[in-house]
Amino acid sequence: MALPPELSAIRDEIRQYAVDYGLDFFEVIYEMVDSEQINALAALGGFPVRYPHWRFGMDYDQLSKGYTWGLQKIYEMVINTDPCYAYLMKSNGFVDQKTVMAHVYGHSDFFKNNYWFSKTDRKMLDSMANYAVKVRRMMDRFGQERVESFIDCCLSLENLIDPQLPFRESKKEPEQEEKSLEDLEREGKLHVERDYMREYINPKEFVESQRKKIADEKEKEKKFPATPQVDVLQFLMEYAPIEGWQYEVLSIIRNESYYFVPQRQTKIMNEGWASYWHSTIMTQKALKDSEIIDFANQHAGTMAMAPGQVNPYKVGIELFRDIEDRWNKGKFGKEYDDCDNIIQKEKWDKKLGKGREKIFEVRSVCNDVTFIDQYLTPEFVDRFKLYTYEYNRRTHQYEIVDRDFKRVKEKMLIGLTNMGQPFVEIINGNFENKSELLLTHKHQGVDLDQRWANETLRCLEQIWQRPVNIETEVEGQKKLFTCQKGQFNEKST
Amino acid sequence: MVYSIKRDHARFRSIVKGKIKQDLKKYITHGEMFAKKGKETVSIPLPQIEIPRFRFGQKGQGGVGMGDGNPGDAVGKGEQQPGREGEAGNQEGQHELEVEIQLKELAEILGEELELPKIEPRGSKNLTSKVDRYTGISNYGPDSLRSFKRTFKEALKRQLASGTYDPENPIIVPIRKDMRYRSWKSDVRQENSAVIIYMMDVSGSMGDEQKEIVRTEAFWIDTWLRSQYKGIETRYIIHDATAREVDENVFFKTRESGGTLISSAYRLCQKIIETDYPLSDWNIYPFHFSDGDNWSGEDTRHCMELLQNFLLPHSNIFCYGQVESRYGSGQFYKDLIESFTNEHEKVILSKIENKDGILQSIKDFLGKGK
Repeated sequence: MALPPELSAIRDEIRQYAVDYGLDFFEVIYEMVDSEQINALAALGGFPVRYPHWRFGMDYDQLSKGYTWGLQKIYEMVINTDPCYAYLMKSNGFVDQKTVMAHVYGHSDFFKNNYWFSKTDRKMLDSMANYAVKVRRMMDRFGQERVESFIDCCLSLENLIDPQLPFRESKKEPEQEEKSLEDLEREGKLHVERDYMREYINPKEFVESQRKKIADEKEKEKKFPATPQVDVLQFLMEYAPIEGWQYEVLSIIRNESYYFVPQRQTKIMNEGWASYWHSTIMTQKALKDSEIIDFANQHAGTMAMAPGQVNPYKVGIELFRDIEDRWNKGKFGKEYDDCDNIIQKEKWDKKLGKGREKIFEVRSVCNDVTFIDQYLTPEFVDRFKLYTYEYNRRTHQYEIVDRDFKRVKEKMLIGLTNMGQPFVEIINGNFENKSELLLTHKHQGVDLDQRWANETLRCLEQIWQRPVNIETEVEGQKKLFTCQKGQFNEKST
Repeated sequence: MVYSIKRDHARFRSIVKGKIKQDLKKYITHGEMFAKKGKETVSIPLPQIEIPRFRFGQKGQGGVGMGDGNPGDAVGKGEQQPGREGEAGNQEGQHELEVEIQLKELAEILGEELELPKIEPRGSKNLTSKVDRYTGISNYGPDSLRSFKRTFKEALKRQLASGTYDPENPIIVPIRKDMRYRSWKSDVRQENSAVIIYMMDVSGSMGDEQKEIVRTEAFWIDTWLRSQYKGIETRYIIHDATAREVDENVFFKTRESGGTLISSAYRLCQKIIETDYPLSDWNIYPFHFSDGDNWSGEDTRHCMELLQNFLLPHSNIFCYGQVESRYGSGQFYKDLIESFTNEHEKVILSKIENKDGILQSIKDFLGKGK
């Protein structure tokens, strides 16, 4: 439903403010929806037409129950497309709608300009609808149960993709050149012009080490895959013994998964940026005196902090403000870092005025990991009372450990790296020469959840159709989990 | 906008209920949400199906939080949303639990768990029920039904037409002619109805445990039949050597002593049916629970006659549940088998040995879908 006149007037007004501030966004199309619709849309990830799957129903179940009982409410939804679609909840108050619109222009600007979004499919609305048609046709042909079960399997592996892949230049495999006999003979030897120099230029040991090196390389070439494969879905599409429609399903799941990656990579930044702008636009331009209370109430709700959690809205907006302030005052660089007078640092102000410029730059190039890595400061951790917590096995509860800057930052980065998921990759597609699959978990201090690892292997086995294995560590001990015909096996290595 | 979400939702519900895709059953978690309802905290069941993924063990990670507290302080996470990857799991808090479940849903669960068939109602829909619904608007009516919106709309129309409306000073005064009232229509609906007549032996041999069993079973049968029929009626008869009709409360609480003449109950049952429940309009379900110890063979013969001549032809099914008792001989069960054999289509017999036998017994009774 299109906007009623009073809201479209407001939209035009807010849009103009956003443009004046220098935001550069995809045009935003607003739709008015009721609570049921917004819950449905949210369950579908913002896309009205998607392939049939129970998990959307599950999310809907939770959202609508939460809404019915007054536990949660979605104010707004916006999707990364060009033009950008945003859904406004009908029951929102007038001030809420204003705030939400300002917020949405922030998101849209972020979608358009943040580097990590640059490779996403901006016509995803159409693509998703096409996927829906494809999947429905498959279901008509092969049966809903069968197709859905295969989707279930694929979803288990949905997160095993390579977030860096879209940014790598597509490298072509170097063509295998046929080597002439002559070349083979010369292998490992340097070119010799004069015969008497032969022994000196190519001493025996040197030749041997060279030969070994070449042999190793050849050995490596025989490996399959040649280098560890992070994009498990891609690997399965290429090498798993699957039917045509299954290939299609894998490809659909993979595309959708890649589409959503940047949103997960920039949760803090994206929400922070949008909040920064709704706050700026509202408080500096759009708010009328009578609306202050309503705005403050809603804004405070969004920024609320729950114990044991980091509110991405709060951290994001404050970090952007902090950066702006630091670059306005010149609180960065060697001179500032080397200063160890706290009072002097506190009062530091070089009247640089580069804050706005800086945050626009940050929103273009960073993702959450680099955002936190580069711009989190000890002062910030202190001011916003960040702490680390850990599970205490003795008391069976989570307890605050400390408020040390380094530890907080490290812990935060660990939580954000690879979007908080374990690093898993395929290292051998012909394990033990029995065409079994071997994955490896790059252990970085935290064990895998064993039960779920096993269940995931089971799904993988159903696609690979041969036993699958994963190397990992459990409590410091190297282990190999195997799933063979649905049966789990564990052995120490 | 048309959403496919309803279909996805229905599918999810069926998986949770275990109707389809049994292989997902092991991934179902029975979470709950907590909400305030008045002063009480209620729990809303929130089943979820977790898609298996490689993830970190729950306890290992820890994380970063915001707020006050000293090292060593517990991080309260009671009201947290169900965790996603990377977040720590839920800590249990102190909650007053009140499981919210509707009787209708309960019946559904029962039906699914026991695979009870839907009951096919018998007889024509002779019973009428009248429902009043507010559907229209009329020009006259009582003040209590005045529709303010419509009234003011009429007044506005009139003022616009007569040119007395001033947009600068939009005061609208309805006059008598503008008054509009909500009006209703009576909907007459034809319905099937059913009556359950519970008969219980309260002779000296029926102890508390036996009555507990009967009560539990009666409750579930009641719940199921209520989910199948609108406007169900229940009647309760207790008997020892004589029978009398009682209310629900007495039915479950009485303990009397004395001999047992089952025929007395059957005769009373017949009388109730004859006076209140004409066969053509009613689906009739007599249930009789006893420990199977009748006073004499003579009386038993009399019972069989009553069943044969009146009760069976008039009932959808006749159910006899025999509760195991230390004192009872259980003879009546055997007598019934002798007279009607196991195959008689309207007689369903069930032995309830103990509390665990209740479920099977309900299935015996209702599994035929009559």
